[in-house]
Amino acid sequence: MANSALEADLVRQPATVLAAAIAAGDVSAREVAQAHLDRIEQVDPAVHAFLHVDTDAALASADAVDVKRAAGATLGSLAGVPLALKDVLAMRGVPTTCGSRILEGWRPPYDSTVVDRLRAADVVILGKTNMDEFAMGSSTEHSAYGPTRNPWDLDRIPGGSGGGSAAAVAAFEAPLAIGTDTGGSIRQPAAVTGTVGVKPTYGGVSRYGLVALASSLDQAGPCARTVLDAAHLHAVIGGHDPRDSTSIDQPVPDVVAAAERADVRGMRVGLVRQLDGEGYAPGVRQRFAEAVELLTHLGADVVEVDCPHFEYALGAYYLILPSEASSNLARFDGMRYGLRANDDGDASVEQVMSNTREAGFGPEVKRRIMLGTYALSSGYYDAYYGQAQKVRTLIQRDFQSAFDKADVLISPTAPTTAFRLGEKLDDPLAMYLNDIATIPVNLAGNAAMSLPIGLSPDDGLPVGMQIMAPAMADDRLYQAGAAVEGALFDRWGHLLIEEAPAL
Amino acid sequence: MTTTTPQIVDFDEALTRYEPVLGLEVHVELGTESKMFCACPTAFGAPPNTQVCPVCLAMPGALPVINERAVESIIRMGLALHCDIAEWCRMARKNYFYPDMPKNFQISQYDEPICTDGYLDVTVPLPDGSGTKTVRIEIERVHLEEDTGKLTHAGGSTGRIHGADYSLVDYNRAGIPLVEIVTKPIVGTGELAPAVAKAYVAELRDIMRELGVSDVKMEEGSLRCDANVSLNRPGDDWGTRTETKNVNSLRSVERAVRSEIERQAGVLDIGGSITQETRHFHEDTGVTTPGRSKEQAEDYRYFPEPDLVPIAPDQAWVEQLRGTIPEQPSVRRSRLADEWGIGAFEMESLVNAGVLPLVEASVAAGVGPDAARKWWAGELLRVSNEKGIDPAELPVAPADIVRVEELIDSGTINDKLARTVFDGIISGEGDADAVIAARGLAVVSDDSALMVAIERALAEQPDVAEKIRGGKVAAAGAIVGAVMKATRGQADAGKVRSLLLAHLGVEDAQ
Amino acid sequence: MAAITRDQVAHLARLARLSLTDDELDHYAEQLDVILTSVARVGEVAADDVPPTSHPLPLVNVTRPDVAKPGLTADDALSGAPAVEDERFRVPRILDEE
Repeated sequence: MANSALEADLVRQPATVLAAAIAAGDVSAREVAQAHLDRIEQVDPAVHAFLHVDTDAALASADAVDVKRAAGATLGSLAGVPLALKDVLAMRGVPTTCGSRILEGWRPPYDSTVVDRLRAADVVILGKTNMDEFAMGSSTEHSAYGPTRNPWDLDRIPGGSGGGSAAAVAAFEAPLAIGTDTGGSIRQPAAVTGTVGVKPTYGGVSRYGLVALASSLDQAGPCARTVLDAAHLHAVIGGHDPRDSTSIDQPVPDVVAAAERADVRGMRVGLVRQLDGEGYAPGVRQRFAEAVELLTHLGADVVEVDCPHFEYALGAYYLILPSEASSNLARFDGMRYGLRANDDGDASVEQVMSNTREAGFGPEVKRRIMLGTYALSSGYYDAYYGQAQKVRTLIQRDFQSAFDKADVLISPTAPTTAFRLGEKLDDPLAMYLNDIATIPVNLAGNAAMSLPIGLSPDDGLPVGMQIMAPAMADDRLYQAGAAVEGALFDRWGHLLIEEAPAL
Repeated sequence: MTTTTPQIVDFDEALTRYEPVLGLEVHVELGTESKMFCACPTAFGAPPNTQVCPVCLAMPGALPVINERAVESIIRMGLALHCDIAEWCRMARKNYFYPDMPKNFQISQYDEPICTDGYLDVTVPLPDGSGTKTVRIEIERVHLEEDTGKLTHAGGSTGRIHGADYSLVDYNRAGIPLVEIVTKPIVGTGELAPAVAKAYVAELRDIMRELGVSDVKMEEGSLRCDANVSLNRPGDDWGTRTETKNVNSLRSVERAVRSEIERQAGVLDIGGSITQETRHFHEDTGVTTPGRSKEQAEDYRYFPEPDLVPIAPDQAWVEQLRGTIPEQPSVRRSRLADEWGIGAFEMESLVNAGVLPLVEASVAAGVGPDAARKWWAGELLRVSNEKGIDPAELPVAPADIVRVEELIDSGTINDKLARTVFDGIISGEGDADAVIAARGLAVVSDDSALMVAIERALAEQPDVAEKIRGGKVAAAGAIVGAVMKATRGQADAGKVRSLLLAHLGVEDAQ
Repeated sequence: MAAITRDQVAHLARLARLSLTDDELDHYAEQLDVILTSVARVGEVAADDVPPTSHPLPLVNVTRPDVAKPGLTADDALSGAPAVEDERFRVPRILDEE
């Protein structure tokens, strides 16, 4: 028994609405799953958000939710809601490539903790999404399987490294997705696709089963079209995991309640001087300034804060990340899993390892591996990696002092809107600059969100605002984000994503 | 550059020209139930790749979590070696590629080892037999790391790497906790160098066994030693060192050090130079051969392990652990030898026979040291050897020894009967009293019963009575002997003699 | 003066087990040079008295009890292996003694 109007719009509903409809019996989880699988079939040839669609398993888990419901069991807050999973998270029996040839066809014999938690919450995982290879990139152009395209303009990048997850959500292929963020890889794609993306406090979500890029920077987080949806997903995946020594041993802050409060009255909002100005596109700056005005209008106290060491964040990041990554990626050598090249019975193990990695890794991965190997070399460690870790301390201190003056900090999420495919591919440094506003948070380990604040007057493409909160205060992101989202919804009459062109 | 082939120089001769400097690196495989960074079982001998998981196989996304017992064990080891325990330290990644190391880095410790600056005193006999010398080995560091998988080489003729077509890897051993103990350079040992090296490893082994942290079996690889050796002329700077691996027994430690000294002396004698390299010790020939020669020292690119957080042992806990450290075995042996009034050689015999703990336990229960040694190193050792078992496996408790000695002291039994009593105890007939009662082993002390035996003996040897009465009191021995025989040794000989003489009306001059 | 030379890049490639082509060596050397010059800016910060941060959160002493639990079956463990023999991972010949 289905509501036909609802059915037609199933793919355009927020997760909370779908979950409620399933729980109430207005629609079955299977219908919801099928509607999204149909949508994927319809639009993904153009968007290419997905690397693998797990059709049978998704329908089977949807059926299981329906059975549970029929048996009268209480369902979790997201039961039956479809979700797209970034291909960097291990999922038993399902191809997990990390966007790389070196893992082509590899099916993990185990699940990541994030997947365990999603399954326990009866979320329906539709498949794995495209990404820059091993999460290194800001445009998803470094995927070995071809880029993902921005649903707003198919000739443009969807951001990276989690362009697949953001595009899937923006193209209504799934209401929810999981991304990972090391330097902005959830937030920047959210900004350029007009969706919501959150990087939780470092340690807030388990990294067990998250293929490591930079161990001290990586975090998995929620991608959605609304702040409340993201909050629900955050609550499901967050929390301590004894299998991750770096995970926080404290309960997740009540992000759902904070999103429902949606209130910035009396909140001190800090504008970070270093994260605006030259280097940011005029259209982006304009929308951001308007968002600042809106916050004031909503009752926030806007102050200016100074974070002088942020200008060194990019340098520190592009030393720390490659160093940790060069070590984390050493395991990909063709011996135990994945690609093995040129094993003709004559070649030595050294040759096979080197040939495998040469064939299996793309150029960005190789660049960063070599950069990292250099930064850790004896004789160079102090000047590069060692120094970068000190700059990291200074950035943490900048944040601490800024958070003395403000409850949250804000900035534009990215310096530009979605650029064209191919535009920055030949210039690694130009590509790295996309992360200039998002990187400091990863270095310090605190939490941040990107949410849509309008379309750029220059090109009509989405602009995102970044909200930053102190470590362990993720709830502030949702409280402020929901307030801004709500006010903009009132102003426009709809979410910004509804303005994306039909695919 | 020389064109002459180096000769091996006789050890004693080498020592007349050169001074050896040693560096010993010992790896101890901990006997924990689970691995260092994951919960996989560590039991020896399981089928290949059945004690593995995503973590120790280094699958993408896997993360390490430290085993708390490993931390406890290494702290106890460090305390036993008189080390300082760090208040705060980190694990570090040691990066290099090798197929037995799944992550292609090893989680180890670099510039922040958990234990530093300790020492161990070892005692070696002087070669001229004039006594012993105690040498203090300074310990640089003790740190925690993980073991690698096991490689077998296939296709070649020897099963060794050279000539193999390919290799097979079993990762059961990968990730088992390892503790590495590194000495500071050991100088001034001269001709004692090989013996000192062996004594050091032996002493470490005994300590680890006492602590219960490892089964330390060199033949199984749970105790490994790499020996670094260099030579220099007196007064010169230290020479280039070589590192010798594949040293799989205490005897090999001694032989390997000795052999390297002899080889290096030969090279230096003809003006050659020592190559800094890793060498492989051969049990069968007793010499070392070159292993991998590295063009340049490996750059391990150490950095703090980001997937683990620092270890900051609580000081109160460390002090509590300090209380659990037993006395150093050699120190204890020395002390006991003094207490018991025995020499080093006799102590060594007790140790070699495997009865020292048994003697100790008996003394602790109240048996005199001489009596305890008499029984354990004597009759009980004989019985256990006959049965082909360890003395410790005999069902004889310290309380049994106590009781037997009491019964001897009180005259109820004598030494000869006591051996029969032990036989009964070992056979499971009960405790000493029960055995004596059941078998009727008590010394006969009832005078009338003895008189009967005495009279019978006198009747059988009538001339002896005459002799005794005539003043040859010593002839009483024949009667006593006859009575002892008649009573199957259960008479108290002294009592028989007294009764006999009284019966004959002769004063006992004794 | 270049921040990094082609020879240094070749050395890094060896250390990192990447068998780069000559073209790649030229190409990457150029790019790495530019990147290194940029990131070297971190050296401008006066940080002598600043302690390095290796972990963003001040956690310490995270351990697990010494309890053994079964892991993967040999089948699962070997499931993705490029080559298997005798329930072991088969790897190409190793040239050097360890």
